[in-house]
Order: sequence, then C-alpha cells, then structure tokens
Amino acid sequence: MALTIAEKIFASHLRDEPFPGTKVLGIDVVMCHEITTPVAINDLVARGKDRVFDAGRIKAVIDHVTPSKDTKTAQQAKILRDWARRHHIKDFFDVGRNGVCHALFPEQGFIRPGYTVIMGDSHTCTHGAFGAFAAGVGTTDLEVGILKGVCAFRQPKTIRININGSVPEGVYAKDIILRVIKELTVKGATDCVIEFHGDVVKGMSMESRMTLCNMAIEAGGTSGICMPDEVTVDYLWEFIAPEYKDKTVALNSFKQWWSDEGCEYARVLDIDVSAMPPQVTYGFKPDEVKDVTEMEGTPVDQIYIGSCTNGRIEDLRIAAQYLKGRQIAPTVRGIVSPATPKVFRQADAEGIIKIFMDSGFCVTNPTCGACLGMSTGVLAPGEVCASTTNRNFYGRMGKGGVVHLMSPAVAAATAIAGSIADPRKFSKEVI
Amino acid sequence: MKTFGGKVLFLDRSDINTDEIIPAKYLTEISKEALKPHMLEDLKLEGFDPHAASIREKRVIAARSNFGCGSSREHAPWVFEVNDINVVIASGFARIFRQNMFNCGMLAIELSEKDIEALFEHSGGAEITFDFEADKLTVSSAKGSRTFAYQISEFDKALVKAGGWVEFADSKY
Repeated sequence: MALTIAEKIFASHLRDEPFPGTKVLGIDVVMCHEITTPVAINDLVARGKDRVFDAGRIKAVIDHVTPSKDTKTAQQAKILRDWARRHHIKDFFDVGRNGVCHALFPEQGFIRPGYTVIMGDSHTCTHGAFGAFAAGVGTTDLEVGILKGVCAFRQPKTIRININGSVPEGVYAKDIILRVIKELTVKGATDCVIEFHGDVVKGMSMESRMTLCNMAIEAGGTSGICMPDEVTVDYLWEFIAPEYKDKTVALNSFKQWWSDEGCEYARVLDIDVSAMPPQVTYGFKPDEVKDVTEMEGTPVDQIYIGSCTNGRIEDLRIAAQYLKGRQIAPTVRGIVSPATPKVFRQADAEGIIKIFMDSGFCVTNPTCGACLGMSTGVLAPGEVCASTTNRNFYGRMGKGGVVHLMSPAVAAATAIAGSIADPRKFSKEVI
Repeated sequence: MKTFGGKVLFLDRSDINTDEIIPAKYLTEISKEALKPHMLEDLKLEGFDPHAASIREKRVIAARSNFGCGSSREHAPWVFEVNDINVVIASGFARIFRQNMFNCGMLAIELSEKDIEALFEHSGGAEITFDFEADKLTVSSAKGSRTFAYQISEFDKALVKAGGWVEFADSKY
C-alpha cells in the first residue's frame, strides 16, 4: 500500500491503539522549555512520579525569557534547571549556551528523518523540515511524554503543497509560506500534516525549509514535513557520519521515509512563485496576507528580526545585505535577536553583527522574548511592529500592539524606510 | 469526572486564539489559580468586557469555528477550569487546544455550523445541560429548549471519565 511519510512514521512508532483511530506513538525526542514544562514537573512531583522515561531523549532549554527578567521567570528557569540536573539530562541549555528551541535543537543534530518529536510549543512543527513528524502539544501531553515516552494522536491526513517556478529577486521562504497560509486559511490544515514538495523546496537550504515548516501550525497543521534529501544529509553529516559509510548510504536510508508514489492526499495545492512579490500580513490572522506593494508606506514603530521562524544565519545575512552602509529611519527602532549562540558567533565572524549595529539596530541575546510580548521588545498599546516572527494576533507582541509579518528582506527595507517597504527597490551589498 | 453544564457565555466569533484567551505575559505563573482574573482578557470582540460580573456565573462557552488556534499553551483550558468553565462548544477547534481540553478531563464539543447557528439563537441568556452518556446537550432559554446530539471519540470520552490523560496513560503504559 502506498503510504505518506506521516503514515510511515506512525506505523513504525505505533505502541498502542486503545480505540479505533487513536494512535499512541513512541516518541523519539521530547523537548522542554521553561514556560510549559514547570507545571508538568510540579505535577509529576506532586503525584510522586518525578521520573523521566529516558534522559537521553529529553532535551531542555531556557529560551522564552532569558536571562530571567523577574522573580517569576527566575523561578520557572530554576524549576527546569533543577529538574534537568536531578534527572541527569545532559542536553540542557542554560543562559549563555541557550537559544530559541526550534533553532537550537536542529543545530545540535537532535532531529533525524523518521523521528517523532513533541514539545510544549506550537512551533514544534519546524522539525518536520528534517523528514520528522514533529507536533506541538500541551503541558499534559508533555508530562506523559516525559514520564512514559508516548503521545496519542489521531491519524493525520496529509496536504501536499507543490512549490514550483523560479524564485524572484527579493522573495524568500517566508514569503512563500505566507502565501501558502493565505491559500489554506488559518484552519485549512487542521488535523493534517503539510508536505512541502517541488523544485523550489528541493533547492532550499535546511534553514529555509525550517521557515516553511515552522508556520504549518498557522494553517492549523499538526506538522510541516519536507522529504529528507542531499541537503538534509549535508546538514546532519557532522552528527551522522559515524552511522553511515558515506553520504549516499545515508541518503538511501533516508529515502525509506519518502511518501510513496500514489499515496493518498486530502488535498494537493500547486503554487508557482515565479510572479510572486514579497508578502506581508495585514489584520490579526496569519492568513490575512497581501503583496508588499499593497502595504507600502504603512507606518511602523519597531522592526524585529529573529524568532524560530527567521532568526537563523541565513535570515540575518539576508537582512544585512540591505542594511550594509545604511541607517535605519530615525522614527523607528530595530531589534535583532540571533536565534542561537552559534548563529550569533557566525554573524559576528561575518561582520553581520557590526552591520546591524552600525545601521542603528539593537542586538539582543538569543531569546523568544519579543515574539510573544514577554521581554526584549514589548510593544506599547497602539504601536506597530514589522516582524519576521509567526503570529500577528492582536496584542501578541504587547497589549494593544499591532504586528505585520514579513521576511527579513522586507523587515530590513522597512527599517530603512521607516514604513513598510518593498526590498526590490533597494540595492543589496555583498557581505 | 468533572461536572458539565450551566449558564452559557456566547462569543460570536471564529478563530479565537489562545493569546486572546490568556495573554503570554501571564505564562510566567506556575499556579493555575493565579490565571483566574485574566480569562479572555485580550479577546477582540465588540462590546465584550472580560471583567463583567456576569461572566463569573458562566459554566459553558459557545463560539464559532477554529476555537483555540495559535499557541499550544494549556493555560487556555486551565484559565477556563479555574473559572469553573469545563466545556467549550464550537463548530471547530484547533487540534492542540481540543486535545488539551480532553487531556484535562474537560469537554470540547464540536457541532455543525447549522447547529451552532441554532444554539446562538439562544444567546440572550441560556443554560445548557448535558447527558454525557448519551452524547446529548440541551439548551434552554426564553426562546424554549432544544437538544443537540454530538460526537466525541471513544478515546476523548475515556479521558473525560478517567479525569485526564495523565491518569489514563499512567494506568496503561
């Protein structure tokens, strides 16, 4: 029988089917951060079940508010830290070594094709870029994951998106995923996984594929998924080299997960990007998307470049190409958060940090903070942020604040212009 | 098992996200009780006052489609739970929110858009009673009463009976 990648992963991880349609899967990686995990930890302690199913399969990071900003966030960090220590969780990332979970964990080589991954964070779907089934869950699912290494799902349907054409100047993965969400709507992929196919995806770096998969949840999707290929092998090679004779052997092994010819899709959507301009959101839902040309001149107060969507080295490079030798408008403030210490160091080595600072940007440590209005860039009521993040919900980045989602290129052009701007009208400097 | 039913809070909107249900700035709380005053604080709905005294009497929420989209935060079901609201009825739910409700032993009831429309006809002031075993709910208001049949999966029903997923999983895995 022809199967999708998600169906193959479900079949290979099935532990139990307590009722028809309910699949209890074994979980390969359980990821934890300091916002959604402490309540699970406290509950396990209260139940007298302060145990972990496998310390080697649990990864933990303090990333949402870091360094801690007040007593409450310091307590959350401490609960996670103390728990990681007493259970000998080796892969725990504290202040100085920490970064945005969905950028940090892939960079550490924790994700492999065919894996099941859960985390108490909706953007866990990012890790599907490696050919994994990766789903955001709540604290109770996380708690059971920590204790038992299992999680229950309905068998998801699959939506296949074919992205083809030649990518125009100034258009990036973020523009493409915004267009996909516009097509699917914010509920169009509920209880589905989204497979990304096509020449454009094949030509993408792992960073860009993570940007695509990251926003699957904004269409309601359980996981985004890309087929693992040469690009995946190259990215993971430093971690998997001891397991395979050479890259060809690794690739052939990864191909076992590919969706079969003739498998069943709930929907197939073809997108040709050849004539697509950069995309920007209006309104308060991620499917409210327009061409940048319709949004030009919209005033903004703050520009934010970072997050699990667009805080990786590729994103910083894209923005820096526009910012080099230029100043951001005096009426706006710019904030950039390299998503991990590795990204920060790399940006520093390439002169990108200097470009940002010379242009007038504030460079923060790696953190999720501003994206959800928790720290390092909270908006005042009525303020507007041009942001490379993933949610434009009303008040998301601060009560009464407005968010426009966009690529790092549009964000950089907007910073220079002081209002939403089309990057295609700006020259780029090689960096 | 939790108790289900009572006065209904009608929220006439689709795509109500979890940031609106409980803003991220309160996610620094590690006790569910501390969330209590902040339920629906950022809901964008004309004429809605999250601090109105009448809201404290509500035991059921009714809304349109894609309820609970966005963040995975279980703080959304928790803020309902500590306000004694154990049921949300909508014409559709975001996956994570729906699972979080059942994982806490609470009910996320999906009705057709037509039935939701009929339910909203009672929005002047209504109460809902549940026949959990029969998968039926009855709404009563000045406009009369009407019974709706609904479907929840066997698994979700078992979670509600067990008191939640931790209890269910702990006895089985």
